[in-house]
Amino acid sequence: METINLLIWSLDSLLGLSLLWLAWRALTTPDLFKAVVLFIAFGLLITLVWVRLDAPDVALAEAAIGAGLTGALLLSALARLDSTHSDPASVYSGKTRVNNESAGPESIHWWPFSLLVLVSSGLGFIILSMPVAFMGLSPEVSDQLANSGVENPVTAVLLNFRAYDTLLEMVVLLIALLGVWSLGGGVKHKEPFPGTVLDILTRLLTPVLILVSAYLLWVGAHAPGGAFQAGSVLGAAGVLLMLSGWQLQMNIPVLLIRLILLAGPFAFIAMAVITIMIEGQLLQFPVAQAGLLILLLETFATLSIGATLAALFLGGQTWKNDEESL
Amino acid sequence: MTIIDYISVILLVAGAFFFLAGTLGLLRFPDVYTRLHALTKADNLGLGLTVTGLILQLESWLVAGKLLLIWILILLAGASVAHLIAKGALRRKVRLWKQ
Repeated sequence: METINLLIWSLDSLLGLSLLWLAWRALTTPDLFKAVVLFIAFGLLITLVWVRLDAPDVALAEAAIGAGLTGALLLSALARLDSTHSDPASVYSGKTRVNNESAGPESIHWWPFSLLVLVSSGLGFIILSMPVAFMGLSPEVSDQLANSGVENPVTAVLLNFRAYDTLLEMVVLLIALLGVWSLGGGVKHKEPFPGTVLDILTRLLTPVLILVSAYLLWVGAHAPGGAFQAGSVLGAAGVLLMLSGWQLQMNIPVLLIRLILLAGPFAFIAMAVITIMIEGQLLQFPVAQAGLLILLLETFATLSIGATLAALFLGGQTWKNDEESL
Repeated sequence: MTIIDYISVILLVAGAFFFLAGTLGLLRFPDVYTRLHALTKADNLGLGLTVTGLILQLESWLVAGKLLLIWILILLAGASVAHLIAKGALRRKVRLWKQ
């Protein structure tokens, strides 16, 4: 038993140290492409950390959003930076450098750095001064779990006990998208034919991704999963489709897309109004119907999150052109 | 330990060996094409061995199916992405390594 513990302990330490090292490298490397790749690797290791901390829900979300979609967003942003200056071969020879001379480990910005140290030591102090047997709110959650309509405590908190937090999160996503759209379009981007390999891969993966998304949505009621994980898998399917040159505006009218983007927040707000009228409290579900209502809310939320994340990746250009043609 | 456990251990160790070999290739090979070759081939095989070793320990067919699906998806994605990276490198005229 002793050796097993030692092994686990050393693996955990290795994980923690690699995280610190990756974070430091990602922040200080002058090569932007390298920084993005390091950030993605950092996200994957954070996923492992969440798994080690017995938080598979967060691990799923981190893998899908933190490492996957954020990585894709950063890479596409980098590609647009690259097309304005520097030569494309540089990615392979490691020369996508920032022009700014001062970027580098020598010029740490001292103000943010000292703020960071202050916040970290404050948080560390609070955590270390907590009583050892501190249980958090989990006993209360498990007490009320039977009334929530689902069996997974994380889903119960997100969609029932603290559903208004999730409502606000949906709105935050929408506002983020509005922010991206308001930055304007730029060039309408026309993908060339993606090549047979990417084309076939997309054709094979898209149905699988949609299936996985539906599975995550359904399984969220009693195991790790739920709307955000399902939505980000759906968003990844959208990103893959766009990368392989799928054109959106030919197939779907723009009003429908906006309705899908709004479906999640609208469903939440409608549910909030109805529950105020029936139960007298915001998003207080009747116990008997809670499971069904949560599934309904999550379905709309999944569609909206997927569409929003894909739209964030697209950057709003295609829809802008659509608007002009309307 | 039963005979199944021994087979599992052998498969898992073999899997780890292929991952190690692939990583070594990624770090030591001279250009992007040879590195891709080392990484995708060795890791696909390593993951296959690891998944088989784990499946032998399972009692539920459902979980075994999920593990197999993960392996198939990674095979598919790994092979395709290796091809795409190599094609991108060729298009950007990254030279092949010559002795």
